[in-house]
Amino acid sequence: MKVSYYPGCSLEHSAKDYEESIEAVAALLDVQLEEVPDWNCCGATAAHSINEQLALALPARNLVNAEVKGQDVVVPCALCFNRLKVAEHALLGPDAATLGLDYQGKIKVWDLLDYLTQEPVMAQIKEKLKKPLGGLQTVCYYGCVVARPPKITNRRDYENPTNMDRLLKDLGANPYPWSYKTDCCGAGFTISRPDIIDTLVQKLYDRALEAGAECFVVSCQMCQANLDIPQERIGKKAGKKYYLPVLYFTELIGLALGHPDVKTWFSRHFVDPVPLLQRKGLL
Amino acid sequence: MEGAISKELAPNFEFSDEIRKERQIAVTDCYQCAKCSAGCPLTFVMDFLPHEIIRLSGLGQEEMVLGSKTIWVCSACETCTTRCPNDIDIAGVMDFLKERSVRSGRLVSQKSVLAFHKAFLEDVRLSGGRLNESLLLGLYMLRSGEGLRKFKTGGLKEDVKLGLQMFKKGRLSVKPPQKVQVLDEIKNLFEKAKS
Repeated sequence: MKVSYYPGCSLEHSAKDYEESIEAVAALLDVQLEEVPDWNCCGATAAHSINEQLALALPARNLVNAEVKGQDVVVPCALCFNRLKVAEHALLGPDAATLGLDYQGKIKVWDLLDYLTQEPVMAQIKEKLKKPLGGLQTVCYYGCVVARPPKITNRRDYENPTNMDRLLKDLGANPYPWSYKTDCCGAGFTISRPDIIDTLVQKLYDRALEAGAECFVVSCQMCQANLDIPQERIGKKAGKKYYLPVLYFTELIGLALGHPDVKTWFSRHFVDPVPLLQRKGLL
Repeated sequence: MEGAISKELAPNFEFSDEIRKERQIAVTDCYQCAKCSAGCPLTFVMDFLPHEIIRLSGLGQEEMVLGSKTIWVCSACETCTTRCPNDIDIAGVMDFLKERSVRSGRLVSQKSVLAFHKAFLEDVRLSGGRLNESLLLGLYMLRSGEGLRKFKTGGLKEDVKLGLQMFKKGRLSVKPPQKVQVLDEIKNLFEKAKS
């Protein structure tokens, strides 16, 4: 299967583990990822907060470039996905002319998790499973804007998405139900208002523990960064010691399919998942 | 009953008309059920609740909403917009209000948040279309004055330590991102969006 791929800016750096595991898993599943030609930043929260015009023009350029190839495009970052979808609606909406771009809307914009949990891909995953994740106790954390608002994302299960849970079950893990699947981690406030992150993320830690989880599974690199990097700081502030590794769903597919590079991906985490995975006999 | 209410408190619908015109959002559709505020995860740092911002916007209390903390500490998680029974894009209103407050040259209540947004867009422009995360931290420290403050209070040490850790783990790089090849397109986008 060939598909266009919009990696987004952070996958080359702060989310290198996500990038590496995506590429590895795609290769295992015979998915050929082809980068959107000459892509640019989607503008993220900064653009939609203070410059509406850039917030549409930046992602719109990416869609136009992607359409030249004529292939659907998959997006691993929740916010990039959302901004591309906003641009798609604008480009196909009644005010499209103001953008001055030619876009037919022949391609579909996919969230990576949705793409990899389509039936045929799931069937392949089950077939290639080498190391079932032996009852790894998890909660799936989907983040905000891949689901919301449904008018933009075209999702039906925006309050309670389940595809990551289904995937994790197929991989042999044990994803617990919890009410914070799509709650906010604070995203970009990690730099400008870290105190906000501390409050939001501590709540997520406590609720995940309450649900019985030993780790988080995520599909957004901003969620991963906010749950992983400040865990020690948030624990100190709260007078607690948290140990909740934050794993990408692609890393866990890689682990369950026996990919040799998993340890390299895990070495990039702040909360080292290796002790947990060893205890579970998975490494 | 002309004259019965003071001019300051009299409803002024020009502002809500403008929001409708600029963003196709009808704040006057709000009947104050407060579902937006009930689901909002950020209310603990807000001065007005989301449904209050919508009501004040509908009544034309521009100064109050543009000067509020709320519009800047909204994380754009879209829970309010998703759940509004009257289909009001509340997060979209927050964006409109932020942009308006910047463009009208007002003093913004949350300087660090604005400094971050500005640093981000400046970074994308300077880096040729893609974000350079390492540069973003530097630009933010300069723009917000946080760098100087942290230098004085010794807080910078923690940041440097974190940066080094990220570098060791391969999550922060000194290598700039690849520039977009058709650089003029990016330049034009930024140029057009200035006005």
